[in-house]
Amino acid sequence: MTILINRDSKLITVGFTGKQGTFHSLQSRDYGTNFVGGVTPGKGGTIHEGFPVFNTVSEAVRKTEANVAMIFVPAKFAADSILECMDANVPLVIAITEGIPIQDMVKVKAAIGRSQTRLIGPNCPGVITPGECKIGIMPGHIHMPGKVGVVSRSGTLTYEAVYQLTQREIGQSTCVGIGGDPIVGTNFIDVLAMFEKDPETEAVVLIGEIGGTSEIEAAKWIRKSMTKPVVSFIAGASAPAGKRMGHAGAIISGGDDTAEAKYKILQECGVTITRSPAEIGQKIEEVLKNKQ
Amino acid sequence: MNVHEHQAKELMRKFGVPTLNGDIATTVSEATGVAKKLGGKNWVVKAQIHAGGRGKAGGVKLAKSLAEVKKHATEILGKTLVTHQTGSEGKEVKTILVEEGCDIKHEYYLAIVLDRSKSKLSFIASSEGGVEIEKIAKESPEKIISVTVDPATGVTPFVGRKLAYGLGMTGKVVGEAAKVFKGLYDLYVATDCTIAEINPLVTTKTGSVIALDAKLNFDDNALFRNEDVQNYRDLSEESKEESDASDFGLSYISLDGNIGCMVNGAGLAMGTMDIIKLHGGEPANFLDVGGSATQEAIEKAFSIILSDDKVEAILINIFGGIMKCDLVAAGIVGAAQHLHIKVPLVVRLEGTNVTLGKKILKESALEIIPADNLEDGAVKVIKALESKQDEEE
Repeated sequence: MTILINRDSKLITVGFTGKQGTFHSLQSRDYGTNFVGGVTPGKGGTIHEGFPVFNTVSEAVRKTEANVAMIFVPAKFAADSILECMDANVPLVIAITEGIPIQDMVKVKAAIGRSQTRLIGPNCPGVITPGECKIGIMPGHIHMPGKVGVVSRSGTLTYEAVYQLTQREIGQSTCVGIGGDPIVGTNFIDVLAMFEKDPETEAVVLIGEIGGTSEIEAAKWIRKSMTKPVVSFIAGASAPAGKRMGHAGAIISGGDDTAEAKYKILQECGVTITRSPAEIGQKIEEVLKNKQ
Repeated sequence: MNVHEHQAKELMRKFGVPTLNGDIATTVSEATGVAKKLGGKNWVVKAQIHAGGRGKAGGVKLAKSLAEVKKHATEILGKTLVTHQTGSEGKEVKTILVEEGCDIKHEYYLAIVLDRSKSKLSFIASSEGGVEIEKIAKESPEKIISVTVDPATGVTPFVGRKLAYGLGMTGKVVGEAAKVFKGLYDLYVATDCTIAEINPLVTTKTGSVIALDAKLNFDDNALFRNEDVQNYRDLSEESKEESDASDFGLSYISLDGNIGCMVNGAGLAMGTMDIIKLHGGEPANFLDVGGSATQEAIEKAFSIILSDDKVEAILINIFGGIMKCDLVAAGIVGAAQHLHIKVPLVVRLEGTNVTLGKKILKESALEIIPADNLEDGAVKVIKALESKQDEEE
């Protein structure tokens, strides 16, 4: 068992026929994901790269029995596509799109909270269960199946962490990019709770950033409810206050959202912290050794 | 995106938030002209720059005669204001706002912000206006009230009452204030703000409620649907490098150190800065080339770093995912043809097409110090910087 996605996941891509949508859908298929088709309004009934294209998400779901949707729709229209997936009762929606207006996400978040759909992202690299299923833009080959769960607000920094693990022959159960925006569908706590329940996961890497307080809420949850060891790196200890560091959510706007404040509370809550992004693999190796 | 106070007030008036009468001026004679036209006995002369803390820096002055308006305008126009938000280089004042005076009864603080943990908008208000909210939060947190707004209902009348009575308002003022709260919320949602702040919001002796100051910040990702807001953009207030970079889809922020960084992905870019600092170095910038940059954008990114005089060594750290290492390598080589590289260059490439990328760099005859991993990159760039500095001494 792993979390969120596995061999049984059936994927459709919304925004399939665009350049990025096509490329990453096929990459996911090549990795072994059961990709079954896509949605592009106006192109319904056509075949693209050997896969059926539908006009609406509900038609695609009805005809393919997909249970995961990956969103590659441009930012202006992406919120609407997420709502469309929710309307079609897709259980899991993974939104890769970066740059969705915050007000759109305020509305999406409120609506999705009342639905059966789980949203991962937006502005995220996606989710991968190594050896089984890849839904997203991460390079598949750096991963290997194993027992460490990874949850992160960042894309390439997650690849860096995964690469360090794989180099030490420490495999991953599932890697989840929750996204770098101020509002995301799934937060650290949701994913930590899944890893805690997952018998395949023995330890977790949590990669946070400056801005917001989701790492602080996660730390408190870990103290109360997590029995598995967690290693954490928080990006942006060297970032100046008040400047948006690339990600829309990575901005220090008060005293509680600095890297230092987050490290402090994570440590108090029993999380193993590392201030160097180059030592994530090494720290996991240590906690796994101590566990035995 | 930031706007000036006078622009923020123009928007607020459109949404029913009262402000004082006034107008902008770019010369001293225009300023006295505005004051004459406004009439009255008191005026306020306010520097228009994209930064807070103007009052403390001498950018806001009260005038009790036209002669004083002239004096303050002369002093403020062309002055470089240094506030806690401008950085040490400060910002030159090119425009001032001249407003009529006002009989203040009480000053309040009012803002709407995104409450990230609730994913909803919240009003933050305090009966202690006119000072920074951080200061109120520290010294008298009991004087801050907040009301979260359900996005499905928006601001209904109870929200206004809860805020107004919570601030200790009574009588006719409560209704006036409720209109301001509703107006500010509607403005926030309609124009895609990320911050809306009125500090101070004042009540007057005649029972009016007025926004004495106004600060609005907008979501860059929503500018496409807010043409009015786009027209307010003042490029002279933005760093040239930062806006040049954003035209190429790059995210660049200049910092005080001497090690230039070019990285793909915001998290890894921050992580690279952090590890440089951890090893005793100082990053000169944050530069995220993003996930899908073209070779042209990579060239642009590299030239921004190369033309920064304070950069004494460069670390390029790329973990290819969507971004292909060969494309990055070609971008580096391309930029090096136009711009001479005078400083040590450390490159760490990993991920998609890494072998091809390394080959392109090797065949380019550029003097490159290759790094095996993130740690190695940070150590090597600092070492290169130190030996360069030793040579110069």
